[in-house]
Amino acid sequence: MTARLIRHESILAVLTVVALALLAYQSDKFFTADNLLNQGRLMAEVGLVALAMTFVIVTAGIDLSVGSILGLTAILLGVFWKNVGLPLPAAMILAIACGTIAGYVNGLIITRFKVPPLIATLATLALYRGLAEGISEARSVRGYPEWFFFFGQGEILGVPFQLWLLVIAAIVCGVILAKTPFGRATYAIGANETAAHFSGIRVNATKLWIYAAAGFLAATAAVVFVSRVTTTRSDMGTGLELDAITAVVLGGTSIFGGKGTIIGTVLGLVLIQALKNGLALSGVKGDGTIIVIGVVLIGAILASAIFDRNKGG
Amino acid sequence: MTDAALPRAGVSRSGLRRFIGGYGQELIVLLAIVLLFVVVGSYNPRFLNDTNMNSIFAGNAYIAVAAIGMSMVIISGHIDVSVGSMIGVIATIAGTLAVSGYPVWIAWTVPVLFSIFVNAGVGALVAYMRIPSIVVTLGMLSILKGGLISATGGAWISDLPPAFMIAQWRIFGIASPVYFMVILTILAALWMRYSNFGRAIYAVGGNMEAARAAGLNPERTVVGVFALHGLFAGIAGLLFATQLQVIQSTVPPNLELTVITASVIGGVSILGGVGTVIGSTLAAILFATIGSALVFLNVSAYWLRAVLGLMILATVLADMIRRRRST
Repeated sequence: MTARLIRHESILAVLTVVALALLAYQSDKFFTADNLLNQGRLMAEVGLVALAMTFVIVTAGIDLSVGSILGLTAILLGVFWKNVGLPLPAAMILAIACGTIAGYVNGLIITRFKVPPLIATLATLALYRGLAEGISEARSVRGYPEWFFFFGQGEILGVPFQLWLLVIAAIVCGVILAKTPFGRATYAIGANETAAHFSGIRVNATKLWIYAAAGFLAATAAVVFVSRVTTTRSDMGTGLELDAITAVVLGGTSIFGGKGTIIGTVLGLVLIQALKNGLALSGVKGDGTIIVIGVVLIGAILASAIFDRNKGG
Repeated sequence: MTDAALPRAGVSRSGLRRFIGGYGQELIVLLAIVLLFVVVGSYNPRFLNDTNMNSIFAGNAYIAVAAIGMSMVIISGHIDVSVGSMIGVIATIAGTLAVSGYPVWIAWTVPVLFSIFVNAGVGALVAYMRIPSIVVTLGMLSILKGGLISATGGAWISDLPPAFMIAQWRIFGIASPVYFMVILTILAALWMRYSNFGRAIYAVGGNMEAARAAGLNPERTVVGVFALHGLFAGIAGLLFATQLQVIQSTVPPNLELTVITASVIGGVSILGGVGTVIGSTLAAILFATIGSALVFLNVSAYWLRAVLGLMILATVLADMIRRRRST
């Protein structure tokens, strides 16, 4: 299993390096510190969600509602601050708490009622986005104070704030998944849930934590998003779930569960963002880049499947 | 009461129970639709008038048609998250051919063949290369969506020839999409129940290795299912393209999820092997009815999706509780 993972990640790493080299050769604007840091800024929101999604998919689950949780949290942040009149820091904490609860509710539906994760989060995708639309009534909230823009536009030591956030979150998630009993429980559930249950792993509690964490990270991404674009709208984060899943799967995490690493997910994220940016710089329009991402996704999984088969015989 | 009468009554009652057990989910959805019509219709009789009936049934028939193919894919143990973008691509190809002066039958058949071909390719990657269908179709989603927007540049297609507008025909006062929906559902349901291929879909979705041991060819079945799904998506795309006077370069957001939800609420188990296309069509009608009912009950348009989401969730939970009780 480890050998397979390492091989997939090596393929991915080579692919990433080749892509970076080609893109640097194509445009001299690509390999500048400014551009790379800016790409890190744009990667952070999907990145935070993809980290949590890695855990979810390793348990053989899926969470389609993360984009809606992001939208709902963004709307609640605006409403708590502007309409309810809470101080902005309190509104932020409360909104993130609500996003976490939304994720926890996903976990409850999945563990208590035994609803397959795809169905459960399909339903809450509609519900949470609907709540965001209903609460906002299509009004956007603007006029946030200057200090709030730090989360989405500020820098620490010349590096965007959210890139620090993403790097720290990635390290924490990576350590938890690879080195702790919780991480091992996550793999065990994905590999064989019944066996995990009988070997004394608290399956439901672990899953609840993971789905709540997905809500928490989506909500954190929402605050960064609002701060970056300086406004809240109810359609924020639409389609984000598919971007996150693409990064995770490209990173070698098996959609059937039991296999996957945070390093793979980070590589997947970097490759996607590099492609998007590099192609945009070489004159491909925004929508053309998502075609390439689709091709890369299928190609990478295909390559890894072929290598796998050749070795397995 | 004679001795002979008793067992017969017993048999027919258990037969009824077996019927309800077999079509439990379909009956619940049908009941919900009837209930909605009665309640909302008595609250506001305009709910039952022709215009509204037409918009409920004809306006959403393309979702039901797409859900037929999606149900087959899910019953075979797979999924397709790219169908929404595919419907948009089909509509655009059809519209472009129609306004460029090609005969109408070419404008109809070329996009449908394209859809069958692409989906068969997806099926081949899934069946022979063993790539999970969600991964392949996630990639297809990006490719189709990106291709659609870059090709059209977001422009709408207008001035469509009248002969092309297949969804605007009326027979006996009923719009043609309703016929498409009803006839395709019945044909697909019969075919899935009685044909060898139809039964093979259930077998492959239920247990692939058991199906192979029983002499079926699971790979060929999966490719066939995806090709058929392409056919239904193609027809759905044509209905979508021709129901308005213009073809927009975008489809309703999350269309693929609406189609998947219709299949699942209609009783198709996401784990494969179970479900019928009658259920998915009824569920598509149920969604359309709920959406329309909320408007007539004066629910604010902003809250439509939240109420719909809540109802989907309630249906799913009720279904899980029912299933747990029955086992």
